[in-house]
Amino acid sequence: MAIRVRVFASLKERLGIEQTEMTPEGIGCVADVWRRLTGDDLPAQVLAAVNMNHAGPDAPVRDGDEVAFFPPVTGG
Amino acid sequence: MTVRLVEGEFDPWALLQAEQRRLPPGSFGATACFVGTMRDFNQGDEVESLFLEHYPGMTERELERLTAEARQCWPLVAVLVVHRVGHIRPGEPIALVGVWSAHRREAFKACRWLMEALKQRAPFWKKEVTPHGTRWVEKNTPG
Repeated sequence: MAIRVRVFASLKERLGIEQTEMTPEGIGCVADVWRRLTGDDLPAQVLAAVNMNHAGPDAPVRDGDEVAFFPPVTGG
Repeated sequence: MTVRLVEGEFDPWALLQAEQRRLPPGSFGATACFVGTMRDFNQGDEVESLFLEHYPGMTERELERLTAEARQCWPLVAVLVVHRVGHIRPGEPIALVGVWSAHRREAFKACRWLMEALKQRAPFWKKEVTPHGTRWVEKNTPG
């Protein structure tokens, strides 16, 4: 299997990534996924979700999970 | 039908009326609602239109979670949350929160709480089209 990664809104445009997959080896938490994706530490202003639940940088990520990254939300 | 995402223009007043007609007559004494409508200005600039991106699947789940949380906090008869996605023009409604309860206190409180919680937690992002180009709205105004 794999970890599915999705990126939304301004972050999607900035990174040029909408959706990708990565192997689960070496991935333990949300911050690890970001590091694999960008090579950097997860910035405080970037929000995340695991399997469509809001999640912090230390939230665990397992094989088969969907991890999403996005900027602060602006609905309503 | 508590939570709905809609791509086209919607009539908040017709939806409120339809929802209220479904409720047993006499079961509620208070109806509170909030309707958010698109302005043609923001941060000092003219705004011609708006694109509302969302996270399909998570958006619905987050709105369901918020309405469930509101129902745990206050004794509510019914809750209706409707939100636009996609392209929107000035003057069109973006969001509707309707709350029915026995008394006004919980209707007012739950409606306000739901609207603010939606703005803080539901995964929507606004992109504005202005005469100078497009820009993402970086954060919501304080409620």
